[in-house]
Amino acid sequence: MSELPPSRLTHLQRLEAESIHIMREIAAQAEKPVMLYSVGKDSAAMLHVAKKAFFPSPPPFPLLHVDTTWKFKAMYDLREKAAQDAGMELLVHKNPEAEAQGINPFDHGGLHTDMWKTEGLKQALDKYGFDAAFGGARRDEEKSRAKERVFSFRSADHRWDPKNQRPELWNLYNAKKAKGESLRVFPMSNWTELDIWQYIQLENIEIVPLYFAAPRPTVERDGMLLMVDDERFVLRDGETPEMRSIRFRTLGCYPLTGAVESEATNLSQVIQEMLLTTTSERQGRAIDHDASASMEKKKQEGYF
Amino acid sequence: MSDPTPPIYETEALIGEDIDAYLELHQHKSMLRFITCGSVDDGKSTLIGRLLYDSKMIFEDQLASLEADSKKLGTQGQEIDFALLVDGLAAEREQGITIDVAYRFFATEKRKFIVADTPGHEQYTRNMVTGASTADLAVILIDARQGILTQTRRHSYLVHLLGIQHIVLAVNKMDLVDYDQARFDEIVGQYREFADGLGMKHFTAIPLSGLAGDNVTQNSDNMAWYQGSALLPHLESVELQQEAAQAASFAMPVQWVNRPNLDFRGFSGLIATGRVAPGDGVRVVPSGKNARVKSIVTMASDGSMQKLDEAVAGQSVTLTLDTEIDCSRGDIIATADNPPAVADRFEATLIWMDEEALLPGRSYEMKIGTQTVAASVQKPKYQVNVNTMEHLATKTLELNAIGVVEIATTQKISFAPYAENRALGSFVLIDKMSNATVAAGLLHFSLRRADNIHWQATDIDRDAHAQLKNQKPLLLWFTGLSGSGKSTIANELEKLLHTMNRHTFLLDGDNVRHGLNKDLGFTDADRVENIRRIGEVSKLMVDAGLIVLSAFISPFRAERDMVREMLPEGEFIEIFVDTPLEVVEERDVKGLYKKARAGELKNFTGIDSPYEPPLNPDIRVNTTQMSAQEAAQHIVTQLLGL
Repeated sequence: MSELPPSRLTHLQRLEAESIHIMREIAAQAEKPVMLYSVGKDSAAMLHVAKKAFFPSPPPFPLLHVDTTWKFKAMYDLREKAAQDAGMELLVHKNPEAEAQGINPFDHGGLHTDMWKTEGLKQALDKYGFDAAFGGARRDEEKSRAKERVFSFRSADHRWDPKNQRPELWNLYNAKKAKGESLRVFPMSNWTELDIWQYIQLENIEIVPLYFAAPRPTVERDGMLLMVDDERFVLRDGETPEMRSIRFRTLGCYPLTGAVESEATNLSQVIQEMLLTTTSERQGRAIDHDASASMEKKKQEGYF
Repeated sequence: MSDPTPPIYETEALIGEDIDAYLELHQHKSMLRFITCGSVDDGKSTLIGRLLYDSKMIFEDQLASLEADSKKLGTQGQEIDFALLVDGLAAEREQGITIDVAYRFFATEKRKFIVADTPGHEQYTRNMVTGASTADLAVILIDARQGILTQTRRHSYLVHLLGIQHIVLAVNKMDLVDYDQARFDEIVGQYREFADGLGMKHFTAIPLSGLAGDNVTQNSDNMAWYQGSALLPHLESVELQQEAAQAASFAMPVQWVNRPNLDFRGFSGLIATGRVAPGDGVRVVPSGKNARVKSIVTMASDGSMQKLDEAVAGQSVTLTLDTEIDCSRGDIIATADNPPAVADRFEATLIWMDEEALLPGRSYEMKIGTQTVAASVQKPKYQVNVNTMEHLATKTLELNAIGVVEIATTQKISFAPYAENRALGSFVLIDKMSNATVAAGLLHFSLRRADNIHWQATDIDRDAHAQLKNQKPLLLWFTGLSGSGKSTIANELEKLLHTMNRHTFLLDGDNVRHGLNKDLGFTDADRVENIRRIGEVSKLMVDAGLIVLSAFISPFRAERDMVREMLPEGEFIEIFVDTPLEVVEERDVKGLYKKARAGELKNFTGIDSPYEPPLNPDIRVNTTQMSAQEAAQHIVTQLLGL
């Protein structure tokens, strides 16, 4: 991406230009924007675009990590460093009720995501009074995302109304809203998983090492390969952690994120495996399996 | 039925053998955005599903859930129903229709594609326009059995209106007409006649079957008589619009001023047209100041500063200039010798997108590029019947209506005609109250009227008028339901002010309707125009140094705000005569409520026409607790305190 602009822009150059344009529109129009930062590869790419959009200024908004306390250790390690490198403030929010009740993915199933992520996010946005929040979601991830606007309007209680979305024409984004209402903004909407990976490679963006294969302690459970990341992992009868060469295609709460067995230790190999694979990336996430329309439902309730 | 065509895009070989070579290839692909138009019956979703399937964009788990869904919900028996891949929202799956725009992604060896899948029914015209606004190409689907239908004409009109250069007429379901060439030729002939009438110069007709896969990714033996490209190879080879955009003069709307410290001042934006290089002479419009480009700044991968030798349309950049000139968001930096024109009155096409119809005269927010200004729309010249292209007379534009209007902005804006420049000629209108995007607009040209009528500067200005009268001119705007006591209180107040040696004038609703506004009725549109005229008259009187008392129901917030904006800050005082409906109906001084309840009076405020009370009036008068004299005294006390 660093060579001189050819007269015919590549698809990645066009995507990057579009994302930069979207971020600047928010910086110019929102009162108090924030960038949701999940430490995953999509967040890493989005953060890099943000640095480019405002260079030589640092991006004019903070990063917000809605922490579930159950992320992989390696994610926490990268989190602070990435914010520091970007010259941005990092805000971390943990839902105090979830913390008090000891909500965890082993005992509480769907409630874990509801309380830590959905509720936690709403709390954080309300607490700081953010009126626009960037998210790294892409339209190719999942069916209901394919229809979501770049500027996705939320009511004062954070609900999404898929049947009543504002028309979004040309690159004219309407950022107007009443007090209390907010916008979720998806600057990476038109990127695909391959685009993200290739951008990370071309721009040399630092990502969590868990995306690369290494021998790690694992157990097989309910058809998923889980990594035993710390002592909180509750082993079931008959389970013994086993070292396997694994990596992750997406990163979330470690007890909910399935790994794939892999020998891919660099980006080219990771991309190669991705292109040759026959399952879509969200399959590694437990959240989507309930029902075909589960993500749409979660989003109406305020999930990012 | 033929066997499904095997995909010809065998990229796996290269991915497996030499991933870096593959990535190198993929990195340099261009991108085409296209829209598909047609209804479910035309097999649109099936065709897109087929493109995704044949270009290997469907994963096994998606396929498994697709197979399960196909058996449960599908319309293809035991076969895979590709349409289910694309009809995403649960509501849509239940109803079997595509409501919103959905974006899909796939890539071939040559290009990456973004498909906007849009609904075909007339009530979703706005969704289709949304999808078309960013497309380079449109695929218009026709069912070969049905031929050209009303909706084909509507879709063609819309994509042509939005300026899409590449049109593909996809004559689908050829398998159901026995791959008959005569049928195809007949449809193409009819379409050509229609396209000529529209002024559409080129289109490419392709006979195909989305369900069977004929002529989708490669030419089908079933239609050996067809010599042209199959759909996908055609999509891979059309010229992109960005090449034309780069050939035009340089223009970049400024989004954001980048000032990290005192030594750096950059102007960030997405280049709309043309190319720019350091040393180029540029002009900032509308202010008209000239400068030269000093540098084009971006961030290198390692986080250091990188300066570009050139940048082109479609890139987001930050420019620095050689001189300190005034330039901020909303300005356009453009080639010095060919900057965009500046005007404040235009003819434009509007596509109305809101449930609440256009109110001519109402002030809307207009967003064009990075400029945001207040704008009002005059009565439409005509509305286009999107099915027959006929021009119809109309007073307003309702949801999905398309019409040609005159539009006036409160300040001059930089623009280019949409036909010449999509980026500088497209705009949206936003309702100031609901914040909804209510219309999409395409600018045609500026109206010369504005150029020729300049504001005549006079030597005795408004301050001089006011000074002589020894008072601060004000507009006291009384709003409230009919019979709430506006005129009575205004009359008492004027008497009081008169004794205080103030120069006043009282404008009363009923009186004005006898003369100046006697041509207006009581529809929403006429009410807006009524208030606009009164606002203008009041403004002239305030300029003359008077304290003007205007007593009008003025039911809509937007119009009261419009009048507020006509005057300098602090000179518009909104007085809410707050008498509840039960009370005014009980009083019914003029007997009007009784008539309205009996259905003898239409559009009566409070009964069958809404009243929007002020959210934050400057002064509130409660007539259930004070007499007219007390109310007048209350207002004077409040005014002295303001």
